[in-house]
Amino acid sequence: MNFPILSSLILLPTIGALFLLFSKDKNSNTGKYVALFTSFVNFLISIYLWYLFDPSTSSFQFVESREWLKGFVNYKVGIDGISILFITLTTLITPLCIISVNNTIKFRLRDFLIAILVMESLMIGVFCSLDLVVFYLFFEAGLIPMFLIIGIWGGARRVYSAFKFFLYTLLGSVLMLIAIISIYWIAGTTDIVQLYELGIDTKYQNLLWLAFFSSFAVKTPMWPVHTWLPDAHVEAPTAGSVLLAAILLKMAGYGFIRFSLGLFPVASELFTPLVYSLSLIAIIYASLVALMQEDMKKLIAYSSVAHMGFVTLGIFTITQQGIEGSIIQMISHGLVSAALFLCVGVVYDRMHSRLIKTYGGLVSVMPKYSILFMLFTLAALGLPGTSGFIGEFLILMGAFKDNFLVAVIASFGVIFGAAYMLWLYRRVVFGNLINKDLLKIPDLDNSEKFILWSLAIPVLFFGFYPEPLINTIEVSVNDLIEMYNFNVNMYAPEVKK
Amino acid sequence: MNNLNFISPEIFISLSIMSLLILGVFKKNSSSLIHNLSIGLLLITGILILNNPFDTAVTLFGNSYVIDSLSSLMKILTIIGGAFVLSISTKYLKISKIFLIEYPILILCSILGMMVMISSNDLMVFYIGLELQSLALYVLASFNRDHLKSSESGLKYFVLSALSSGLLLYGCSLIYGFSGSTNFNIIGNSMDSTHYGLTFGIVFILVGLAFKISAVPFHMWAPDVYEGSPTSVTLFFAIVPKVAALTVFIRFLYVPFFNMIDQWQPIIVFLSIASMIFGAVAAIGQNNLKRLVAYSSIGHVGYALAGLSVGTNEGIQSSIVYISIYLVMNLGLFSCLFMMKRNDEYFETIDDLSGLSKNHPVLSLSLLVILFSLAGIPPLAGFFAKFYIFKSVIEQSMYFLAIVGLLSTVIAAFYYLRIIKVIYFDEEREKYDTDHSVWLKISLTFSTLLILLYFIFPSKLVEIVSRINII
Repeated sequence: MNFPILSSLILLPTIGALFLLFSKDKNSNTGKYVALFTSFVNFLISIYLWYLFDPSTSSFQFVESREWLKGFVNYKVGIDGISILFITLTTLITPLCIISVNNTIKFRLRDFLIAILVMESLMIGVFCSLDLVVFYLFFEAGLIPMFLIIGIWGGARRVYSAFKFFLYTLLGSVLMLIAIISIYWIAGTTDIVQLYELGIDTKYQNLLWLAFFSSFAVKTPMWPVHTWLPDAHVEAPTAGSVLLAAILLKMAGYGFIRFSLGLFPVASELFTPLVYSLSLIAIIYASLVALMQEDMKKLIAYSSVAHMGFVTLGIFTITQQGIEGSIIQMISHGLVSAALFLCVGVVYDRMHSRLIKTYGGLVSVMPKYSILFMLFTLAALGLPGTSGFIGEFLILMGAFKDNFLVAVIASFGVIFGAAYMLWLYRRVVFGNLINKDLLKIPDLDNSEKFILWSLAIPVLFFGFYPEPLINTIEVSVNDLIEMYNFNVNMYAPEVKK
Repeated sequence: MNNLNFISPEIFISLSIMSLLILGVFKKNSSSLIHNLSIGLLLITGILILNNPFDTAVTLFGNSYVIDSLSSLMKILTIIGGAFVLSISTKYLKISKIFLIEYPILILCSILGMMVMISSNDLMVFYIGLELQSLALYVLASFNRDHLKSSESGLKYFVLSALSSGLLLYGCSLIYGFSGSTNFNIIGNSMDSTHYGLTFGIVFILVGLAFKISAVPFHMWAPDVYEGSPTSVTLFFAIVPKVAALTVFIRFLYVPFFNMIDQWQPIIVFLSIASMIFGAVAAIGQNNLKRLVAYSSIGHVGYALAGLSVGTNEGIQSSIVYISIYLVMNLGLFSCLFMMKRNDEYFETIDDLSGLSKNHPVLSLSLLVILFSLAGIPPLAGFFAKFYIFKSVIEQSMYFLAIVGLLSTVIAAFYYLRIIKVIYFDEEREKYDTDHSVWLKISLTFSTLLILLYFIFPSKLVEIVSRINII
C-alpha cells in the first residue's frame, strides 16, 4: 500500500490540535503559528494531491481501507474529482480563518485554534469517506467543535443560536443514521463503492432518500428548515461564520451528489419536483428576505440560503451542466461568502456594529477595503469574469434543458441577488459619511489584505479560466449521470420525466 | 466438591464479608483498613471469576446455578463498578462523616447478592440473590442517617422495593403453579405456553424487574432516592444493580420464555419507549445533578431494554455493550461530581458548574467528553453504544422503536447541552479545591480516555461480548 496521504490529511490538523492542547501558554502567538503551520502544510498536501490526481477516471483514487468495526464497517477513504475540490477548499479556508483570529478572538485563543483544527480534520473526513458509517461519524462529530465555537466566542444571543444549530442538525441526522443502518441490512454493506455497484432495491429507495434528505436539507439549508442559519451566522465569530458558510454548508450539497443521486437514483427522479419547488422558494424567498435585512451578517446569511437554493436546483437537474455548475457554485460560494463574512468582520472589529446604518461613505476612509468588498459583491451576484458567474450560468443552463419554467423563475433570483448585494454595497460603502466615528478607522492591515487577496485571486482566476475545475470534475460527473440514467431506465422507466 | 470450585468467587466474597465484620467489631478505628481491604478482596474475587471457564457453560447444584460467559462478564462488570465506587468515594465519605466500617461491608454484601442473581438459573436462587442485594441497598440509601433526605430516600426505596418484591414473588409462584418447576430450563421445556397463568406470571416478574432497573412506569423512586442518598451510593445505584438486573432480564426472558417472545416483546418495547421518552423529557427541568442523573439513567435503561426486546443474540449483545459503556460514562460523570468540592462542602447543582471551564480546564474537558458521549454524539463511545442497539433493532425491522429512540436522543441532547452551556458559556464562579485523591484522578482519566479513544479500537469490547450466546 502506498503512503496513506488522505489519512494524513485528516490526522494532521488533529495532531496540531493535540500539540496545542499540551502547550502551556494559552494566549501567546506561538499557538497561532503552530496552528497556521499545520493548516498550511495541509493546504500544500492537498494541492499536491490535486496535482497527483488523475482526472481521466471516475473511480476512487488514493483509496485506503482498514478493518474498523469488525465484520461490517471498514474505515475506507478515497477521492474522486468531486471530493478533491472540496478538500482543497477546506484546506484553503482554514489557514485564512486562523490568520483572521488576530483581531476577532480576544480570549481563550488556544482553545479556539484547537476547535478550528479539529473541525478541519472532520470536514476533510466528510469529503473523503467512502463508507456511510464513517461519513456519518465525521458529519456528526463536526457539531461538537462548531457548537463550542458559536457558544463560547459568539455574540449576544450565542447560546440560543448554538442550541438551535446543534439540535436542528442533530434532528435531521438521526433519521439519516436509521437509513444508514437500514441500508446495511438491505444491501449487506455500507461501503459506497460496493453500493454503487450493487444498487439498492427500488422499493426501499423513497423512504431512505427522505431520511437522507432530512439531514441534508437541514444542513444545506433548504427552506423551510433554514432558520438556524441566520442565527448561527450572526452570532458566530467571524472565523466561525466563514467555516460555516464556506464548508459546512457544502457537506450537504456534496451529500446530495454523492448519496442521494448515487445511491437512490429512482427516488431522486421521483422527488425532483419537491427539490425544485423548495429550491425555487429558497431562491426567491431568501432573496426577498435578504433585501430587508438591517444586519450585514444576516443579509449575507440569507444570500447563502438563496445561493444554496441554486446549488440544489442544479444538482437535481441531473444534467452535466447543472451538476458541474452546482459544484462550481459551491466552490465559488465557499470563496465568496467566506470573503464577505471576513469583510463584515473587518468593519465589525473596528466599529463593533454589524448594522448597515452604522456605515456609509466607507469609500473615503477605506479605499482598499472598498475595492475588495466590491469585487466580492460582484462575484456574489454572478458578474461575468468571476467564479460566481460560471456556477450560476451552468446551473441555469442545466435548468433550461430540464424545465423551462423552473429556469425562468430561478433567473429572477439572479436579479434579486444583484439587487440586495448592490444595495448593501451602496449603503455601506457609498453615500455621505454621516457617522463621524468612521473617520478614525484605519484601512486594511497587512494580514487582512493577505486574507482577502488570497480569496480574490481564485475567484477571478476561475472566473476567467474555469478549465481546471471543470476538467477535474467532468469525468466523475459524467459517469455519475450515466449510472443514474442507467438505473432509472432499468428499474423505473415510468418515473422518468 | 467440583461444584465448589466454580463458585469460589462467591464463597470467597462471603468469607471476606464475615471476616471483615469480625475485624470491624474487634478493632477500633478500623474503617480505613476495612475500606482498603475490601477493595483488595473485590479485586481478588475478580481474578477468581476470570479463572472460571468463559466459553463453556457449567451448571451447578441441580442446574439451579450457572456459570457461563454472560455471568462471568456481568460479574466482572459489577466488581469493576463496586471497586471504583469504593476507591473514589473515600474522601467524600470522610467529609460527610459517614466513613464507617459498615459501608464497604454493605457494598460487598450487595455485590454478593448481585453475583447470585447474575448466575441464577432458578427462580428461588434468583429471589434470594435479589433480596440480599436489596437489603444491603436499603441500608446504603439511608446511610447518612442524620440527614433527613437520606433517611427519606432509604425509607422510600424500602417501601416501594418491598412492594415490587412482593409482585415478583407472586409472579414466581404463578409460574411455579403453571409449569411445575422453578428451574429456568425445566420451565422452558415443560410449559404450555398458551396458558394465561404463565403470561400473568411473566408480567408480574417483569414489573418487579422493571422496578429494580427503574424503567418507566416503575421509576418513581429513582429521582428521590438518587438525590437523597450519599453521592457515592447514588453512583453505586446508577450502575451496579442495573448490570445485575439486566442480566436477570436476559436470562429470564431468553432461557425459559424465549418461545413466548410474542407475549413479552410488546411489554419490553413499551417499557423501552416509555423510558427513553420520559428520561429525555423529565430531565430537562432538573437543576440538581443527581436528580438529572436519575432521569438520564432512566433514559439509558430504555436504550438497553430496546436491545433486549429484539429477540436475537445480537440484540442481547448490544444491550450488554450498552450497559458496559454506560457504566464507564457514569463513573466519569460521578468522578467529576466528587471533584466539585470547596472547603469541605460538595456541590451538586448545575448552576454550581457555572464557568467551570475557566478555572478547571481539564475537568471541564472531561465533562465535555462524558456529556457528549452520554448524548450519543459520534465519535465518542456513547454513540457506538447506541449504534449497536439500533443496528440490532433495525435488523428486526422494528422501525418505530428505532425512530422513537433516536428522536428522544435529540431531546436528551438538549439537557446535556444545557450542562455544557453552563460549563463553557456562563460566567465563572469561585474555584473548587484541587486536592483530589489519586484514585479519583485515575478514575476520571481512565473513563475519559476510554470514551474519547473508543473509536480507535471499537471492536475489542464487541468481540468479547459476541462470545455470549444465550439463544
